[in-house]
Order: sequence, then structure tokens, then C-alpha cells
Amino acid sequence: MKETIARPLTTPEKRDRSRLFKKELITNYQLYLMIVPPLIWLILFMYVPMYGVQIAFKKFRAVDGINGSEWVGLKYFHKFFQSYDAGEIIWNTVEVCFYTLLVGFPIFVLLALLLNNTGSKRFRKVVQLSTFAPYFISVTVVVGMLIQFLSVQDYGIINNVIRFFGGEPIMFMSKPEWFSSVYTWSNIWQGAGFNAIIYIAALASIDQELYEAAVVDGASKFQRIRHIDLPGIMPTMVITFILAVGQVMNLGFFDKIFLMQNPLNLDSSEVISTYVYKTGLSASLPNYSYASAIGLFNSLINFALLILANSISKRINKNSLW
Amino acid sequence: MDNLYTTRRDKWFTAFINFLLTVALVVTLYPIIYIVSSSFSSPTAVTTGQVWLWPVLPSLAGYEAVFQYKGIWTGFYNTAIYTVFGTLISVALTVLAAYPLSRPDFKAKNPLMFLFTFTMFFSGGLIPTYMLVNQLSLYNTRWAVILPSALAVYNLIITRTFFQAGIPRELLEAAKLDGCDDFTFVRKIVLPISGAIIAVNTLFYAIGYWNNIQSALIFLKDNDKMPLQMILRAILIQNQIDPSMMAGFDTKAMAERANLREQLKYSLIVVSSLPVVLLYPFVQKYFVRGIMIGSIKG
Repeated sequence: MKETIARPLTTPEKRDRSRLFKKELITNYQLYLMIVPPLIWLILFMYVPMYGVQIAFKKFRAVDGINGSEWVGLKYFHKFFQSYDAGEIIWNTVEVCFYTLLVGFPIFVLLALLLNNTGSKRFRKVVQLSTFAPYFISVTVVVGMLIQFLSVQDYGIINNVIRFFGGEPIMFMSKPEWFSSVYTWSNIWQGAGFNAIIYIAALASIDQELYEAAVVDGASKFQRIRHIDLPGIMPTMVITFILAVGQVMNLGFFDKIFLMQNPLNLDSSEVISTYVYKTGLSASLPNYSYASAIGLFNSLINFALLILANSISKRINKNSLW
Repeated sequence: MDNLYTTRRDKWFTAFINFLLTVALVVTLYPIIYIVSSSFSSPTAVTTGQVWLWPVLPSLAGYEAVFQYKGIWTGFYNTAIYTVFGTLISVALTVLAAYPLSRPDFKAKNPLMFLFTFTMFFSGGLIPTYMLVNQLSLYNTRWAVILPSALAVYNLIITRTFFQAGIPRELLEAAKLDGCDDFTFVRKIVLPISGAIIAVNTLFYAIGYWNNIQSALIFLKDNDKMPLQMILRAILIQNQIDPSMMAGFDTKAMAERANLREQLKYSLIVVSSLPVVLLYPFVQKYFVRGIMIGSIKG
């Protein structure tokens, strides 16, 4: 240790590096100026909240501020795990997320493969344009449509069909056991065309000679899909799957689930993100620290899932995000 | 491929594929056609379930009710403000970040890129963001709808990829020789040849702002600042239709009023989605391109 201290503060290499840095600042100063506004935005709206998340480990009091509040360690995490709701909320989150991921993912890939192998270009274009369209409808409207379509009133078309075939009308929107299916399948309806595009792009970049060679060798269309299309889009599939797993429990879908909630389906529609909103913002006595702790727990799971998916695919497939 | 060599089995297989795609097509389009048809039908026909595919007893009553409902116009007005100004700010921020990050000779490129991408996978979350917005005195202001989510890292990535691939290094070198600095280069050369990516960004962001409800749920309190989606939520989801907002409504009979309340929803869905639908031809062209650009990276 002593030796290190005794050394001169600026070694030649260090001086060199700082001189290079100055030179870079001078030659590229306009690039630095350009990136300043987005960088300020990034620090302010992304990294300041990340710093602020420490209130999850503190007993936040407005008068003390974030820094002045007293540290309480994992108290709020314990409180959440010991609460009556925790198990159900975590389970609901996992169910809704993985249902969407596991059912949605194969359907998106399948749609791309089908579109790529239809005989007619025109038909392909029509289907692609149409399946893509619902993506741009707002979640509010989608939930509004669900309420109209699934209603048990005379105008609820799905229940009219069920009645027509002699069945009993089902209260889709207010029965907890229907929640995750309604949520997932409406997601697929809305997102299939959009999510297929990335695979369509990948399919388009496959070398045409492979198909020609396969045809010469007498490969059927199904064999071409199985042995050329699928391996060809595998790297893309792996990357999107990793990203999807990393996003799987993200707060992003807070609004759709929140909008679909009603007092009757709460047993299966209360997820972590909506619970954070309720305990932290819309409650009569909001508890910032408690809500932040639950939110942080969610973010950490996301992050862990992403790293896990990434390292698994690295080992199996040599495809990874980093 | 098909004209090259097709066996009988392949023909059946293609027919099967086309059948599946037809199912997908019907499933996707039917709800939309149904909504549009209902919006043009008579209120009674809709509420008694007579509409299956095409309008029954065509009527514009639903649209009249929508246009007379005052709250909807406030929503349209607010959403227009959020969409126009939000998109301007977002596109500007995205380009300003993407260009320097696309330059190989920009030394700070990698660490800065990491700072941006990291936020895709980890964030402070709802409560700390809410507290920050409060602290900045942005709560319940129009800024709160725009600023906290002004820049989407995904857009930044595809824009950067576009710049990396679309602007040849020789162009920069030649411009530099002529004494062109970076600002001028971006203004006079990069922006004019990057119309496609600017369009992708504009559409992505504009549709995002138009459809956004989350910011309003979290950061807004006053009714006069609420965007259209919040009005839609009140009417479509919470079924809160204020009769006093509907001009000339009290003169109508009870039953008719109840029917119109229901049918108004279909017309409202159509009216509120119309701006996005009108953009759709451009949207799909540029969106597909944008996603393709993004996928090069993957």
C-alpha cells in the first residue's frame, strides 16, 4: 500500500490518457454537445429513479426526503412476503406472463412460416396487412371491445354464439378463471402480425440457393420449412425469446391488466404491477417504501430471468445478447 | 419456388397453409368489421344483438351522439397536443442520441450505449419515477405525460443502426475535407438522406402518444388535461356516460336512451381509432422497414 501512495500521482500513461481524452473532446466536441440533451434526459428520468429505489430499504418520510429517511433493511420485503396477498399476486403474475410467452411465441413463429410459404403473393400481402393492423389499436379500445364482445347482454356476440349452440352464457370478464385466457388471447389477436414481422424479415434473408438445392434433391415443402426455414430463423428466435423472457414480468403491461380488472376477477387479475400502483399511488394512505420494495422485487426477477435465459442460450446455441 | 417443382403433396400442403391463413384473416378482421357495422346500425338493432356482420337498419345515431358528447372533444384536443409536441421532442432526442452513438470515431460510444441499453432491462420502477415527477413539480402538468417516457431505447437502437448502415464513411470524410463540422453534416446531409428512419420514429412515437393511457393514470389529476384514452376508459370500460354531456338527450325516451348509450361505444371506438387507421398505409410500410432495420442488429 505504501508504495502505491508514494508513487507520483500522474504516471506517464495516465497523463497520456488524459491528453488523448482532451484531444477527443476537442475534435468531437459537437458530438458531445449533441448527446447532452438525451443524456440529461436519461440520467434524470432513468438513473435518478434507480437511485431513488433505495427507499425500498428505508422508512420513507416526506419530511426527511429520500436521503434523510431511516434505513430499515429488508423490512418491507418481509412485510410483502408475509402478507396474505403475496402468494396469490406472484402466482397471478407468473401465470399471466408465461401463458402469454409460451402460447404467443410459437404462434408468432408459425404465422411467419405460413406467410412465407403461401402460394400467392397477393394473398400473403392481404393477410400480413390485416394481421398487423390490430397492433395499432389502443389497449383501452381493445379492453372496451372485449367487454362488448364478451358481454352476457344481448349484444355480446360470443355468448350469442354459445347460446346458439345451446350452451350457458359465460361471464368471461368477471370470472377469475377466465382472466388469463382472455388476456392472453386478446394479446395474441393484437400482436400476432407485429411479432411475426421480425421472423418474416429473417426468412427473407435466407439464401435462395438453399431452397433451389433442396428442390433439386426432392425435398418437399414441409421438409424445406423444417430443414431450411426453421434453422434459418433460429438465431432470431433465440434473441427474441431471450428478450421476451427478460421482459416477461415487466411493468410494461400494467395498463391492459389494470383496465381489465374489476372487483369480481381480482382473485386472478391482481398482479405485481397493479398492486404496486394500488399500494403506492391510489391508496388512501400510500406507502411509497412498501410499493417500491414490491416493484424492486419484480425488477430483480426480470433481470435475473434475462441473465438466466441469456446464459442458457449461450451454452446451447452460441447466440446471446452479450 | 412453387413454379420450380411442385409435387401433388406440396399442393395439398400449400392448400392447408392457405386454409390456416384464411382462419387467421377471419379471426383478425371479424371483430373490426363487427365494430364498424355496429357503429352504423340503429341503436336498437345493436343492443338486441341483431348485428352479425353487416349494418342492420343503417343509422348515424351513434356518431351523432359521439359528436355531441362534450368530454370527447376535450380528450381529442389534449391528445392532439400530447401527440404533436411529444413526438417532436421524442424524435429530436432520439436523433440527437443516435447520431453520435453511430459514429465509430466517437470514443464515448460504448459506455454511453451501455447506459442507454441497460435501462431496457432494469429500471427504478413506478414509485421512484412518480416521486421524481412530483419533486420536479411536473405532477398534473402536461409535461408529465410527455417527458418521463420521451425516449424509447428501442427506437434509439434502430435509428443508430440505420445511421451506421446508411451513411457511408466516405461521405463524412469528404464533407470534413470541405470544412463541414458535425452539426452542419447532420443538418445538411444526415437528416435529408434519413427520411425513412425519421418517418419510422415519427410514426412509432405518434401512435405511442395517441394510445397512451398509463402516463395519464399515474401523473394526471385534472379532468381538463385528460387525454382521449382516459375518456374512452370512462365510457367503454367504466360505463360512465354523463347524460348531461349529451346534447338533446333528455328529450328521448328511456329505452332509446339506454340503447344509444350502448351503441355510442361502437361509434366512439371507430372515431377514436380513425386517425391511426388513416395513417396505417404509411405506418405499415415504414414500420416493416423499421423492424427490418432493427433486426439486422439481432
